[in-house]
Amino acid sequence: MSKVKNILLVGVGGQGIILAGKLLAEVLAAGGFDVKLSEVHGMAQRGGSVVTQVRFGPQVYSPLVSPGKVDYLVAFEQIEAWRWLSWLGPGGLLIMDEQIIYPAGRTQVTLPEDLTGRPGTVCLNARRIAEEAGLVKAANMVLLGALAAHLGIELEIWYRVLENSVPLKYLESNRKALEEGFARAKPSAG
Amino acid sequence: MKKIMSGNEAIARGAYEAGVSVAAAYPGTPSTEILENIAQYPSIRAQWSPNEKVALEVGIGASLAGARVLVAMKHVGLNVAADPWMTIAYTGVNGGLVLVSADDPGMHSSQNEQDNRFYARMAGVPLLEPADSQEAKEFVRLALEISEEYDTPVLLRITTRIAHSKGLVELGERKEHDLRPYIKDPKKYVMIPGNARGRHVAVVERLAKLARLAEEIPINKVEMRGKLGVITSGVCYQYVREVLPEASVFKLGLTYPLPEDAIRAFAERVDELFVIEELEPFLEEQIRAMGIRVKGKELTGVLGELNQKRLAVSLGLEEPPPAVDVPPRPPVLCPGCPHRGVFYVLRRLRLTVLGDIGCYSLGALPPLDAMDTCICMGASIGSALGMEKADSVWAEKSVAVIGDSTFLHSGMTPLLDVVYNGGRTTVLILDNSTTAMTGHQDHPGTGRTLGGEAAPKVDLEKLVRALGVRRIRRVDAYDLDSLRRAVREEIEAPEPSVIIVTRPCALKVPPGRPSVVDEAKCNNCGLCLRLGCPAIQEGAWIDSHLCRGCGLCREVCPREAIGGDADVQS
Repeated sequence: MSKVKNILLVGVGGQGIILAGKLLAEVLAAGGFDVKLSEVHGMAQRGGSVVTQVRFGPQVYSPLVSPGKVDYLVAFEQIEAWRWLSWLGPGGLLIMDEQIIYPAGRTQVTLPEDLTGRPGTVCLNARRIAEEAGLVKAANMVLLGALAAHLGIELEIWYRVLENSVPLKYLESNRKALEEGFARAKPSAG
Repeated sequence: MKKIMSGNEAIARGAYEAGVSVAAAYPGTPSTEILENIAQYPSIRAQWSPNEKVALEVGIGASLAGARVLVAMKHVGLNVAADPWMTIAYTGVNGGLVLVSADDPGMHSSQNEQDNRFYARMAGVPLLEPADSQEAKEFVRLALEISEEYDTPVLLRITTRIAHSKGLVELGERKEHDLRPYIKDPKKYVMIPGNARGRHVAVVERLAKLARLAEEIPINKVEMRGKLGVITSGVCYQYVREVLPEASVFKLGLTYPLPEDAIRAFAERVDELFVIEELEPFLEEQIRAMGIRVKGKELTGVLGELNQKRLAVSLGLEEPPPAVDVPPRPPVLCPGCPHRGVFYVLRRLRLTVLGDIGCYSLGALPPLDAMDTCICMGASIGSALGMEKADSVWAEKSVAVIGDSTFLHSGMTPLLDVVYNGGRTTVLILDNSTTAMTGHQDHPGTGRTLGGEAAPKVDLEKLVRALGVRRIRRVDAYDLDSLRRAVREEIEAPEPSVIIVTRPCALKVPPGRPSVVDEAKCNNCGLCLRLGCPAIQEGAWIDSHLCRGCGLCREVCPREAIGGDADVQS
C-alpha cells in the first residue's frame, strides 16, 4: 500500500482545478495505474478553497488523501499552499504558483514565511508563463507540466489526453503551457 | 474498456447499460451530474422536473407504463419527494424503478446532513450502497433487477465521496429493455384505505423475502483476515481497508434489510466487532437489536464525514492533525453577481430577510450580512407570512428572497398562501434565468430543457398575477436606486407584492469592461468594500482580471472615484 502516491491540487474556485484533476487522472490511468480522485462541487466552488485529491498506484482504496502523506502538493496560489503545507509528507514536493489570491474583503494576510524562497520548492509565475504561451487561463497547464516532469509519465500520453479534453482552438496554447511548466520543474536548491 | 468516471457518471452509465428509458431529477449537489450525464445518452428520455416530488411522480408513471426508470435527487430532495415515496413502497412497480439519494455527510453543499438510509427502512424498501464508481454502475442494474423481481422501488444511496470521486470503471453494452405491458390493477395502484391495507401486508411479506436475498446476494461479502471484524458499507469500506488492512470485513452492499444469519455467523468468527459507518448508527442499532455486541458510534461519533485519518484517530491509532493558522476562505458571491446589489440594498434598509436555498444564501455572509434565515427550498415566503401573522409590524420590516429556480420548485404554493390568507408580504424573486448554484441547469423559466431543446418559457409576472398578486414590478439587479425605491414602496404597500429582480447569472454572460479606481479621487472610505466583491481590494484597487464591469461599485462610490468605461451590457 505504501506504493500509493498522493497528489493534492489546491487553490480557489474558478482556477481550473477541476479540469486539471480530470486530465491528471486520465494521464495516470493511461500510464497503467489504478487511480482515484476526489473533488469539491457546489457552494465551495464560489470563490472558496478548492482541493482535488488524486491517488494512484497498483491498487487504491480510499479516494481521500491523509494529512502528512502527500507526495506532490500543487498549489495554484500561495495562501492555499500554506493551508495545505502541513499535509506534505517527508520528501514531498511543493509546486506553487507564486501569485496570492486574498480571501474576499482582505488585502493583507500575514503568512508565516515567504514560501517562494522555500528550499526544494518549484515556484512559478504560472499566470505569466501561460500568458506568454498564448492563453492566460492555461496557468493550470503550466503547473501540471511542472508536476509531469516529476511523475515520469511520457509527455506523449499527456498530449494524447490533452487532445481528447481541450477544444481544438486552445490545444496548441495548452500544450505550450504544459511544456513551459515541464521545462521549469527543477526545485530550488536546498 | 475502462474509463475514469465519477460515481455520478457511473450511475448514468449504469442506467444506460441497464436499459433505463426514462430519468427525471431536480438538480442538487451532490446528485446533479447524474442526470446531466444521462442526458448524453439519446436512448434515455431525461428531464429536469420542477422539483423532486414531481420527478418521482414522473418516474412512477413511467414505471407504470413499463419502462425502467431512474430518479435522482440530493438527500433533502427526498424530503420533498417523501410523500409519493412512502406510498409507492406499497404499490410497487411495473418497470423497475431506482431512486438515487445523494447524501452529503459533512455538508459540503447542504443545509443538513440527514442520513437517508432511514427512508429505506421507513418505507420498507431495499437499500443499496455502492463503495466506488464501479459498484455505482453495477448497483443501478442490480437495483432495477431487484425492483422488478420483488415488485418494489429501490433506494440507491450514495454520499458526496461516491458521487464526486472518480475511479476506473469497466464499461459494458446497453441491454435494451422492452416496455412491460400495463395491466389495470386498482387493488395494487389505487391506495384508498381498503386497498392500502392489503398492500401493507405485501410490503411486510416482501421484506421477509428480501431478507433472504440479503443472506445470499454476492454484494454482501465477507473477507476473512484477522480476529478483528468490521461490518461496513459504502465509502467507509475504503477507509477501513486503509486503516485496518488486517481486519476481517463484512462489506454490505444491500444494507436493508440486513442479512441477520450471515451477520451472526461473521460475529462468531471474530473476537471483536466494529461497525464503521458515517452519520447515524443505522447498521449498528439493527445489529445491536440482534443481541450482538459491537462497537460503533462510541468510536466514530455521528458528526460529519469520515475519512481514513479520522477513522485512524478515532481508533486511537494516530494523532489528530495539527491545526493550521491560515485565514479561512469562505465561498462568496462571484464578481458581477446580480444578487450582490440586492443584499447591499436590503442591508442598508435594515430589513429582516427570510432567505432561501441557492447561490444567494451567500448573502448571509459578511460583509453583506443580509440574510436572517435559510431553511429549505421555498421556506422564505411561508416564513415571512408567519412572522407577519405573529406581529403585523413585520410586514414592513421584512422581505422574502427567493431565486427563480427555487420559486418554481416550491415558492408558488406559499405565495398563494400569502394572497389567500391576507398577508402583505413582499417577495423578491431573484431571476438570474438559471439554477446557478448547482452549475447552471435549465428549468421551466429558461426556455430550454435538459436536452437543450427549446421549451415554453414560463412568464413569472403572469404566473405571480395568476396566483392573485396585484403589485408586481420588475427591476434591473444592477440598478441600486430603483431597487431601493421599489423595496421601500412595496414593504409599505397594504397588500402582497412581488419584485422580480432581473439579470442573468454573471457566469452566463460575457464580462463588461472592468472598472478602475481613480486614485486621485479615492479617499479610502471603504464603502465599495461593503459590497463584498472579490474583485475589489482594500486600497482601493480593482483586479481587472476578476472584475466583470457590473458597475455596482461606481453606484455606491460617493466621490465618483470609480470609473473607466465599464459598459454594463443589457
